[in-house]
Amino acid sequence: MKEVDELNLPEDLQYTKDHEWAKVTGDTVKIGISDYAQDQLGDIVFVEMPSVGDTFDEGDEFGTLESVKAVSELYAPLGGEIVAVNEELEDAPELLNQDPYGGWIIEMKSADMTELEQLLDRSSYLAILKGE
Amino acid sequence: MRNGPGNSGLIMDEPLLWEKGKKGRNGMSISASDVPEAPIADELCGEGPDFPDLSEVEVVRHYTRLSQWNFGVDTGMYPLGSCTMKYNPKINEKHAAAEVFTAAHPMLDDEYCQGTLRIIYELQNYLAEITGLDAVSVQPAAGAHGEMAGMLIFEAYHQSKGGKKRTKILMPDTAHGTNPASAALCGYKPVPIKTGTRGILKVDEIRELMDEETAGIMITNPNTLGLFEENIREIADIVHGKGGLVYGDGANMNAIMGIVDLKRCGVDVLHLNLHKTFSTPHGGGGPGAGPVCVVKELEKFLPTPRVEFDGSVYRTEGDRPDSIGRMHGFHGNYGVLIRAFSYILTMGAEYLKKASQYAVLNASYVKVKLKDYLHLPFDRPCMHEAVFSDKKQQEHKVSTLDMAKRLMDCGYHPPTIYFPLVVSGAIMIEPTETESLEELDVFIDVFRQIAAEAESDPELLHSSPHRFKVKRLDETQAARNPCLRG
Repeated sequence: MKEVDELNLPEDLQYTKDHEWAKVTGDTVKIGISDYAQDQLGDIVFVEMPSVGDTFDEGDEFGTLESVKAVSELYAPLGGEIVAVNEELEDAPELLNQDPYGGWIIEMKSADMTELEQLLDRSSYLAILKGE
Repeated sequence: MRNGPGNSGLIMDEPLLWEKGKKGRNGMSISASDVPEAPIADELCGEGPDFPDLSEVEVVRHYTRLSQWNFGVDTGMYPLGSCTMKYNPKINEKHAAAEVFTAAHPMLDDEYCQGTLRIIYELQNYLAEITGLDAVSVQPAAGAHGEMAGMLIFEAYHQSKGGKKRTKILMPDTAHGTNPASAALCGYKPVPIKTGTRGILKVDEIRELMDEETAGIMITNPNTLGLFEENIREIADIVHGKGGLVYGDGANMNAIMGIVDLKRCGVDVLHLNLHKTFSTPHGGGGPGAGPVCVVKELEKFLPTPRVEFDGSVYRTEGDRPDSIGRMHGFHGNYGVLIRAFSYILTMGAEYLKKASQYAVLNASYVKVKLKDYLHLPFDRPCMHEAVFSDKKQQEHKVSTLDMAKRLMDCGYHPPTIYFPLVVSGAIMIEPTETESLEELDVFIDVFRQIAAEAESDPELLHSSPHRFKVKRLDETQAARNPCLRG
């Protein structure tokens, strides 16, 4: 597994303590898992995603990831409605391992984009990883 | 270093049965038919099944060779944590195979199978005595089935009490993995509870989370870190105080037989895994048995039928109106029940207790002897299993999986890996009482050697196992594209 300083953590993303990332594009937010998450999980073999139109509150479980090691829940970093899911992951879950930032999982539209302000920037997320 | 039992040797290849034999070959000579030929209606005819044509010796060698590729507790040490892979004494098999049982029809009237029923009745009583609980149904077919029975009993109890519907259930993250699934299947929403820094539940957290919408708590004790939940009585009082019930997952009963009284701990419902604690065969998906044990107040909800005794005749009880109903056909997995009954009688109370004591002693011994070589996340007295991690080996890029595979080459079944989830890279070792001190010492030496190899020769571990019919399997490919047919 990677050392903390080997992790790829882009500056232009926001992170959660559950090792997800969020990226705002226009009025929607794409959500995926961090390099740390994919490295810890190991080879991901199945991604269970919600349906377009489903709504979640912040902190709700919106899907699951199954790797050769474990099953792990995905939590919504903000409340809102699902406007798209990355259907490519259904047949190619390995995209999350190969390129965790290209391999987004869901795209959400939030009524309250200020919830994003609670998320972590790169340096705060890195501090959490170093503490772990 | 002493070598483990693993060595290299001739591995016999074996094709599929359909690739063996020759058209027309037979296992036996069947005498010529003396029944006159008669036509059969066309609609009853068609292509027959594609049976291979084989001689007896071809069939015997086929299955013998397949069995030689396998590894079981009869082959060697099988320290699969949380699963209690103890040795299955052969006397249990002898009794279970007796014709008096195998030839008994499950629909015989009670008066014609008194002995068969007596075994169920006495087993119910023994299991009650061993757990400290009041009443038992041996119907459920396995652990998770027992959990489901328990959750249905929770639901039946709360319904009988009336009041607001309870929708949640408290679920420590050190509970068995099937617990949240069983609860969810019965309509409860599991509320996860994080392990405290000592690896056990914190009373204050339960006090905070337990409310009148919560049906109760599911506790595995000892928990999946192999630690005893010391606060169980206090936790039970809090849960009971809010009208909830306490479910005990008895999968780890092997640590506490004859030592802990679960009723006095405040447990209301508990399932046992006869295929773990009571030495019936375990693994391969074969039948198990997960009897469910309850306190007196919940007896009326137990699955039917149980066996009753009026002083002269054993009877299968009739319907009980409050029962959650049947969980299994006929008498449950009866062959498993005979084995457990045989185990209890051959051991007796004194030696069941000793089995638990030795199980704990063996795990503690392994824990102490390996903790300088493997990271031990919770360095506290353990019960029947010890949980390590690969933290020390990670700096050499060697993972838990690599060490588990290397252990196979040395002649051991790997321990449980990556479970419990609360420990990253977990290695969960449960030696059970079966292993002698000499066996444990060899195992410990081998594991120490593997820890040394992780530093000196990581590649050896990455490419393990080397001595098996099949080498390192591509687990990812198998999970992503399972091939379910030959």
